[in-house]
Amino acid sequence: MTTASPPAPADPVQGRGPADGGGRAGARGPARDVAGLGVGRALGFVAPALLLIGAFLVFPAIWTIYIGLTNYRLTGVEAVSPSMVGLSNYTKALNDALFHNALWLTLLFVLGSAIIGQNILGFTLAWVMRRTRPAVRRTVEAFVLLAWILPSTVVAYLWVAFFDRDGGTLNNILGTPGTAWLIDYPMACLVFFNTWRGTAFSMMLYSSALQAVPPSQLESARMVGASGWQTLRDVVFPHIRGHVLTNTLLISLWTANDFSPFLLTKGGPNHESETVPVYIYNVALQGGELGYSSAISFLLLIANLLVSLIYLRLLRRRS
Amino acid sequence: MAGIDIEGLATVYPNGVRAVDGLDLHVADGEFFALLGPSGCGKTTLLRTIAGLESATEGKVRIDAADVTRTEPGKRGVAMVFQDYALFPHMSVSENITYPLKVRRVSAATRAETAERTAGELSLDGLLERKPAQLSGGQQQRVALARAIASRGKVLLLDEPLSNLDARLRLEARTFLKKLQRDLGITTVFVTHDQAEALALADRIAVMESGKLRQLGSPREVFARPANTFVANFIGSTPMNLLPGTVSSTSGSDTYVDEVGVVSVAGGSLSAATFSAPAGAEVTVGVRPEYLTLASGDVSGPSLRGQVVVAENLGTQSLVSVDCDGTLIGVTVPEENEPEPGTTVVLTAPASRVLLYDRESGELLARQPATVA
Repeated sequence: MTTASPPAPADPVQGRGPADGGGRAGARGPARDVAGLGVGRALGFVAPALLLIGAFLVFPAIWTIYIGLTNYRLTGVEAVSPSMVGLSNYTKALNDALFHNALWLTLLFVLGSAIIGQNILGFTLAWVMRRTRPAVRRTVEAFVLLAWILPSTVVAYLWVAFFDRDGGTLNNILGTPGTAWLIDYPMACLVFFNTWRGTAFSMMLYSSALQAVPPSQLESARMVGASGWQTLRDVVFPHIRGHVLTNTLLISLWTANDFSPFLLTKGGPNHESETVPVYIYNVALQGGELGYSSAISFLLLIANLLVSLIYLRLLRRRS
Repeated sequence: MAGIDIEGLATVYPNGVRAVDGLDLHVADGEFFALLGPSGCGKTTLLRTIAGLESATEGKVRIDAADVTRTEPGKRGVAMVFQDYALFPHMSVSENITYPLKVRRVSAATRAETAERTAGELSLDGLLERKPAQLSGGQQQRVALARAIASRGKVLLLDEPLSNLDARLRLEARTFLKKLQRDLGITTVFVTHDQAEALALADRIAVMESGKLRQLGSPREVFARPANTFVANFIGSTPMNLLPGTVSSTSGSDTYVDEVGVVSVAGGSLSAATFSAPAGAEVTVGVRPEYLTLASGDVSGPSLRGQVVVAENLGTQSLVSVDCDGTLIGVTVPEENEPEPGTTVVLTAPASRVLLYDRESGELLARQPATVA
């Protein structure tokens, strides 16, 4: 950071002094080292964090890209001495029916549980809670948040118990003993589960977004007799369009990369609920094809980037 | 066009605050009516209760003789302009103006025509395609007014219509608003905390305090004869002199002053007319600085004598503070007659301009309508 004050033009000799910090002379000295640590010590402070990030984030990412180009396996000859296979893992993925199936299921999962489920349920809760008594609002918020902050394994266990064929809670409620929900309707169960699991974020984001809508504009709409839907369409949504896009982007990415479906169905039965993250796991650890699964991971990363770019473009076009 | 009748209206908030407390009011058809009072007096709550944005706890609101106490805001035939104008930022001026028609599913052609015509009435020609953010404060206010007018309500409600404008624009907008209301002839109720605004705009003013009506009258009545010391204090750009005094002699009947009497106040005396109080009664004497006359020589009849302390320049007038026997009394004088501080002066006032208030209740001691002899 250079200082904001312009150098005094009347006295150029003093104006260029090191204490001034502005102008061309400021490229060295105080302008670069505002804390006064010196480069060596500054690097010393940053190094531990950089090392951790490098070891656990950057290196695995590059490693994944690298082994995606090899025939590396969990066991066997290729585990010891993998060889470069070029892009053949990627061409294999393009013709892999199970990968196509995983992509399609991921799309369904994102569309059903995130874009539709969490978005609409989260907004509805935020909109309804806006006018309720604080005690009611806090209670509901606490329950919704609980679903979000509980560890995945705990939650998965609860939902397995809920959907269970023998003595499951859902069968007891509906009076349909013997229905194997997780086997007969695995994707529906996952969509239902993930909507429940992730709605808290959308609810909180929309709660604060709705506070940005000026009350007088809502009242103006009320004064001219606008219906609830007209008020939402004409007054509320134009104010929170940016929030809707941001929320949809975040929950879409989280849902697409979510691994908790594995904890409920392990991708089964017969790949019927095998979303891409679950497929990657199954290929890598059950099939042992580490090279191939790395290639698919990289494809998932590319897909994430593409989705982000589309959302960012939409956001920018709005502003 | 329609009148508004308010009967025993009370609006109580969940925390028990009686923001409007048992109010009776009639606003005539086509009248320009001001609700005036300090902040927290309930004037805005009253306006919002008429609009239907707050629900009345007790009493009734009638518009055009129809009971609307429990009617939805959108079905009352009432249009409202909010203090911050509440324009929709993503809609153009034209879309904002015709939004009430869009809600009622009026055809696009009719809407365009209405936008054109209403914009013409409010000097917004050529701005129809702009967004509110591209308009000045005065233009935004006119768009808000245009939207309210386009909804063709029977009653127009304005919440602090001029408070978001800067001082110079406010005077322009005031003239504009008054002319517009005259031209449209629409029953209009507006809320303000600015007494000058209420005096300038309104046909009648309701002065409120703590949810209750303190005086109802024309600007002239409210200014010249405040019904109590609260109103006397609140109305007028230079505060009214309110001084403790005693009725010293009466010239009417034996006990009650009927025409002209004398009150002793601040070491001197003033003559007062049209009040009813026995001789010796402790009163509060109210006289506006504008109604006091300052002279330097001796005058015959009741007067006050004192020394000039300071003079404040108000433009064409000066407000002179005179120390009369330890009490500071304000008096306005024309700019060229400003006395030097320290000079001894004499103050007089016409008897009809000297008002007497009960010391305890603060109510005006008005002449009894028909004094029994």
